[in-house]
Amino acid sequence: MKPATLIDPQLLDLIIGRLCHQLIENHDDFSRSAVVGIQPRGAELADRIAARLHEIDPALGVDVGKLDITFHRDDFRRRDEPLAPNSTEINFLVEGKRVILVDDVLYTGRTIRAGMDALLSFGRPESVELLVLVDRRFTRHLPISPTYVGKAVDSYDNQRVHVDLQPAKGKSKVLLYTTSDE
Amino acid sequence: MSSLSVNHLLGIKDLTREDLELIFHTAEEFKDVINRPIKKVPSLRDITVANLFFENSTRTRLSFELAEKRLSADVVNFSAGSSSVKKGETLVDTVNNILSMKVDMVVMRHPNPGAPHYLSTQVDTVIVNAGDGTHEHPTQALLDAFSMREQHGDLKGARVAIVGDIKHSRVALSNIYCLKKLGAEVTICGPTTLIPKHAESLGVRVSHDLDETLKWCDVANMLRIQLERQGSEDDVSYFPSLREYSMQFGLTEERLDALNKKITIMHPGPINRGVEITSGIADHTDSIILDQVENGVAVRMAVLYLLASTIRRN
Repeated sequence: MKPATLIDPQLLDLIIGRLCHQLIENHDDFSRSAVVGIQPRGAELADRIAARLHEIDPALGVDVGKLDITFHRDDFRRRDEPLAPNSTEINFLVEGKRVILVDDVLYTGRTIRAGMDALLSFGRPESVELLVLVDRRFTRHLPISPTYVGKAVDSYDNQRVHVDLQPAKGKSKVLLYTTSDE
Repeated sequence: MSSLSVNHLLGIKDLTREDLELIFHTAEEFKDVINRPIKKVPSLRDITVANLFFENSTRTRLSFELAEKRLSADVVNFSAGSSSVKKGETLVDTVNNILSMKVDMVVMRHPNPGAPHYLSTQVDTVIVNAGDGTHEHPTQALLDAFSMREQHGDLKGARVAIVGDIKHSRVALSNIYCLKKLGAEVTICGPTTLIPKHAESLGVRVSHDLDETLKWCDVANMLRIQLERQGSEDDVSYFPSLREYSMQFGLTEERLDALNKKITIMHPGPINRGVEITSGIADHTDSIILDQVENGVAVRMAVLYLLASTIRRN
């Protein structure tokens, strides 16, 4: 089945702009804050957000990190193959910072659970907030709720949300796939 | 591809080039982990590992134990000296007894070549060979290659010299397998008595001249002279005296200075200072001996992590 488009490039641009303004509202000049994206697609989103924040106000000095959660997952060994790890790049102190954890899609909440666990091994942040581009509602396995939401969607378990931030500028989009064989 | 082609790590001989790349890639991430403020990840928290050391070891055993602990595995240690092995229990019985206490993985060092291979056919567990007699020492070869890659990048075409007691060295054999799979050129160098017959069949150059070998190589891996094997086993001496050995095959500052080029110096430890390398060489800026030790933990974490993913519950 042809995937439905949840967010087209224009809407994505608007959403990222809105999320950035919400962040500025809460984090002032970002001097005590840091944006940490969960690898791989949360990290791409974090980069996009940091770039946009810089466009809005070039004076903002935003710390951006990439966090790999492979070794902290709880589904290790429930998969057929071990997951190949991505790199973690956090070149600033997390201790005492207000961290905004960024991921593309919030579904069961297990990735975020692992993300918080992984983040805490870098120190004790003052607070952790969660920013997601797509919040799939009513699908949580854990009591986790996002602080900033790009778009909330209601979806079935046999559907899959795919965020594509890679293509050339202006072509990024979010698609909803439905697989009938599940 | 993100899983190994094997269920045990018995020797480098059984691994594919892809396996090696996967282990190195995973180890890079673990090296990052062990340099964090909190050097621990929860990946193996439901796994119990038994370290069975039927032969003495300090570094390998500590390295494995640290790797296991940093993956959050539970660890039990066993050394042959203080066990019922002395009362005549067989290897398979010993291991089966330990496994019935719900142990998931076994890391084993044994004086007999092939012991882990035999064990893997007899018991149902994941086995990691931590050195079997004079046969293989796969994790040492992996950490050596990993350390070389950090210095030289891709090892294709890299020239590596392995110097010393090749005949008794499991490190040499595993290193040769590993380096050949990665496309490196290997020369083994040592006195005729310590080079095994038909060594060329492994695809390596053989030399008895250290200066010539040093001129050729980018990396010199100086093996330890295994004093315990000299003149003990069958009352054979492999060279007239340690002094003569170190004059001919010991790496000194003079030899290094005479080269007019930079080579990377490695040693699997423990060092006999003044025999295979001088103190000055051991502490030289081109020596990566302590990096090898650090990388050892990361590489062993990668091996344990990748093998543990094959263990299924229920």
